[in-house]
Amino acid sequence: MLENILTVNDLSKTYQSAGHTLTVLDKISFSIQSGSTVSIVGPSGSGKTTLLGLCAGLDRSTSGIVELNGIRLDNLNEDQRAQVRNQYVGFIFQNFQLLPTLTALENVMVPLELRGEKNIRAHAMDLIDKVGLTERMHHYPTQLSGGEQQRVSLARAFSNHPKILFADEPTGNLDAETSHKVEKLLFDLNTEAGTTLILVTHNLELASRTQRIIRLKGGLMISDENTGAEQLNEVGYVKE
Amino acid sequence: MSKNNLPQSKSFPTVPLNFKWLLKMAWRDSRRNRSRLFLFISSIILGIAALVAIYSFGNNLNRDIDDQAKTLLGADLVIETNKTLQPGVEDWLKSLGDERSQERSFASMVLFTKNQGTRLVQVRAIEGRFPYYGEIETSPASAGKSFRDNKQALVDKTLMLQYNAAIGDSVKLGNVSFKIAGILNKAPGQTGFSAAVAPIVYIPLQYLEESGLSQKGSRITYNFFYKFNDPGQVDRFVKRMEPRLDKSELDYETVESRKENTGRSFKDLTQFLSLVGFIALLLGCIGVASSIHIYIREKISTIAILRCLGLSSKQAFIIYLIQIVGIGFIGSIAGAILGTVIQQVLPAVLKDFLPIEITAVISWPAIFQGIGLGIIISVLFALLPLVSVRNISPLNTLRISFEETHLFKDPLKWLVYFLIVLFVFSFSFLQLRDWQQTLFFTIGVLGSFLILAAMAGLLMWMARKFFPSSWNYLWRQGFANLFRPNNQTLILITSIGLGTAFICTLFFVQDILLNRVNLSASGNQPNMVLFDIQSNQKEKVANLTKSMGLPVMQQVPVVTMRLESINGKTAVQAKKDSSRSLNRAFEREYRVTYRDSLTESENITEGKWTGIATGNKPAEISIEEGYAKRIDVKLGDKLLFNVQGAPVQTVVGSFRKVDWNRIQTNFLVIFPKGVLEDAPQFHVLITKVPSAKGSAEFQQTIVKSFPNISIIDLGLVLSVLDEILNKISFVIRFMAGFSIITGLIVLVASVLISKYQRIQESVLLRTLGASRKQILVITALEYFFLGALAAASGIILALASSWALARFSFETSFEPQFLPVLLIFLFISSLTVIIGMFNSRSILNKPPLEILRNEA
Repeated sequence: MLENILTVNDLSKTYQSAGHTLTVLDKISFSIQSGSTVSIVGPSGSGKTTLLGLCAGLDRSTSGIVELNGIRLDNLNEDQRAQVRNQYVGFIFQNFQLLPTLTALENVMVPLELRGEKNIRAHAMDLIDKVGLTERMHHYPTQLSGGEQQRVSLARAFSNHPKILFADEPTGNLDAETSHKVEKLLFDLNTEAGTTLILVTHNLELASRTQRIIRLKGGLMISDENTGAEQLNEVGYVKE
Repeated sequence: MSKNNLPQSKSFPTVPLNFKWLLKMAWRDSRRNRSRLFLFISSIILGIAALVAIYSFGNNLNRDIDDQAKTLLGADLVIETNKTLQPGVEDWLKSLGDERSQERSFASMVLFTKNQGTRLVQVRAIEGRFPYYGEIETSPASAGKSFRDNKQALVDKTLMLQYNAAIGDSVKLGNVSFKIAGILNKAPGQTGFSAAVAPIVYIPLQYLEESGLSQKGSRITYNFFYKFNDPGQVDRFVKRMEPRLDKSELDYETVESRKENTGRSFKDLTQFLSLVGFIALLLGCIGVASSIHIYIREKISTIAILRCLGLSSKQAFIIYLIQIVGIGFIGSIAGAILGTVIQQVLPAVLKDFLPIEITAVISWPAIFQGIGLGIIISVLFALLPLVSVRNISPLNTLRISFEETHLFKDPLKWLVYFLIVLFVFSFSFLQLRDWQQTLFFTIGVLGSFLILAAMAGLLMWMARKFFPSSWNYLWRQGFANLFRPNNQTLILITSIGLGTAFICTLFFVQDILLNRVNLSASGNQPNMVLFDIQSNQKEKVANLTKSMGLPVMQQVPVVTMRLESINGKTAVQAKKDSSRSLNRAFEREYRVTYRDSLTESENITEGKWTGIATGNKPAEISIEEGYAKRIDVKLGDKLLFNVQGAPVQTVVGSFRKVDWNRIQTNFLVIFPKGVLEDAPQFHVLITKVPSAKGSAEFQQTIVKSFPNISIIDLGLVLSVLDEILNKISFVIRFMAGFSIITGLIVLVASVLISKYQRIQESVLLRTLGASRKQILVITALEYFFLGALAAASGIILALASSWALARFSFETSFEPQFLPVLLIFLFISSLTVIIGMFNSRSILNKPPLEILRNEA
């Protein structure tokens, strides 16, 4: 039996704006098994990114529970959540979010450096090599193309051996051909590492490559369905 | 139940800070911003430079005073009095020390016989080998010694120049002509400043009697200089002699006490200068705070990414703190180096105020002090924006929404503000060592900043509220930039405004002081004062004045006296009470007059005026109301005066209000007629001469006929005052220059930051088809509005503070000259536009895409 890596229970997020209460997420509940791949889809303003932010501990919910790898995030302060992210979480963003003053290699090394780990250069270089950027590892983000930046971002996301990977529209800023390459790389690396993948996307074709799709609309979860794609367990792929 | 690798309670373990990595990260993060960071911190370089220069100067001065203290005094011990020596005392004084000299000094007129020029000078009649340490500096050098044996004089070098005199010419003092043996370059302890106020003429003491200038009633200071074979015994000796010196009303000075006094007075000067330097530093710090604020805003996404990857808020804060400390350190070192260079110039700037030669050597304590101060102050002011780093949410990686942490929501910001105020207060206190002055200075500095910030806020509000919608697009765009997000209005109005206010206030104050004297010397106001007129000369001088067609506007007798007791309480008893106000009453020498009526400048405010003393009752005197308050004397109090040996009992009959601003003799104490007529006295005559030529003729006639009479020519006083004010204002302008240049650096930094702020927008406008010229006009207008408003704010602040100074401190009217103010306004406004345009040229001259790639 696979354990749940992420459990969301009655999760709500509201904002106060000009005297009105705006509900962005309304009592969302689901759980995600370790090693699975899940997409969160929905139209703009449906609450996808807010849900990702809450699940990854980037923000605090108004009510409800988020439990990541068995840790209740709502009980933790910002710095403790940062520590949880550093230990268990990897991120990929639509706009890459590389540190502009660090080279590609240094960007990949940062999560491990934050843990205080030693001798990480070889591991980071190995990841850079896997994303095909060995020749460009000493380049700064502004010297790289959009696709190359996202590949560095992928290498960084896997550098700290995360248990769960959050990807927010990972191909949203890329052309079709580059998108395809980045998608392949993402799924290949994910498969190899056995990481849980939570993908927020508009792209239904991309979403269909995950095993499960959660649909949001107006802050409500309107469906949660399996796609029939391959499921991961601790030892590898099995057909559901 | 949850499986928890990480505990969830409050004991959640914190990740060790790993300082080495934070240092590395700070270094990496600064890679592409170092030149900008240095520009931000360069605002403090001049402030640090000013302080290091002044501290170094102060340290060198103290050392040089220690080394040269003996030459300041010229002897091991000096005993001084301005009272006629009592019988026996002179013999006693002549028996002290192993070697001795004496000197009589007094004000008198000198007549240059060659061209008949006259001038009031300080005569020093000297006998003996004084100075024992150092020398009277003369040209030729031998004249300093040789003049003493002949009927010769040493004449101050400025006088020699002024009256076109040459060595070998004659000067007449009283009844005696002296041949000029040499030019006096510097007397022991003399400064260029004191030479301008009272130029010195040395003569041998043996001819004083013959000159007729030492008559009874003349105001002579007696100095006795002593050399001891064992200078170490001087302090013991003085201690032993103190009771007798006190009893004989003799003052004394030793090398040690002169060292202390000189050190103290120059401490005041260096303290004042360091406060001026400190203002420049504070100004720079505002620039630092503003620049770092923008810098941190630009770092939001970087910080958010790092927070996403697991960086704690404390780590994020430390990374940027390290950058600030590092760059503050570099800025401070640059400031210290510059300060050490500037310090070489300071002795030349201050030469007129210095009695000794200053050596300009590197002062390491000053350098370390400057560097420490630079780091502390850059960190302190950078903390304001830095504390916001703690609150940057990792959520910004998904949506950039930097919300300014509100002051009330972040108590740490209050703490930083408190620390800044505390720092300003403590630093000022260390300079001033006086709580009240420190409080005034701190309130003054903070008040100026707050007023300018409030003015900036008001201007932004008004610009928004009364927005000129009918203007064309370019003007509207330029004007709107004053209040749109990322505007530079607050920082520029504060920094440039403060610099402008500083300069304008200096200018106005100098103007007020000169105007006040000019006003006094204009119209029908008297412009010449004759004093030291003996009683038997009174009528003759008045007749001579009238015979030359000049009015005798006032002629009054003056009697000098001391106060013996108030209501029976003597100076000794008052000292025991340690009442400062009473002590002051006993310490001074009173110059009083007697008459039967009040003048136009006087009004009785309390009591009854008595013009003529009656019978054997104590004389009813009138005291100036302010002075009465200061020495705590009430109507009916009994005051016993010692009129040159004779006791005179009086009672306070009235208080008067006196208009001191008029050129005439005014007195603190007035006696009625019928009491002092027989006392030793001199007379003062006041007249008005129509021209410089008339003045010279009148002075020559008086000096020839009555050599003992001294004349104050207000025209000369005015020019001397002008010269002194120019010397002082040069020093102040030199120091204010640091603030001005700091203001300009802050301006450059602010404009550069605003370039980064505006770049996207300008590029977008160009992409949408705006021409170079249109962008140029928008940019120029924005900087013109900023420069003009900043300069105007500074000028308004300066006008207000100068008016307050004129009204309450100088008690005069304030009529500013508008042409120089207009020129300052135009200069500051144009400079802002030029710097703004210069920094924005890349936006204008390059294709939009290139700019976006390179700079955005």
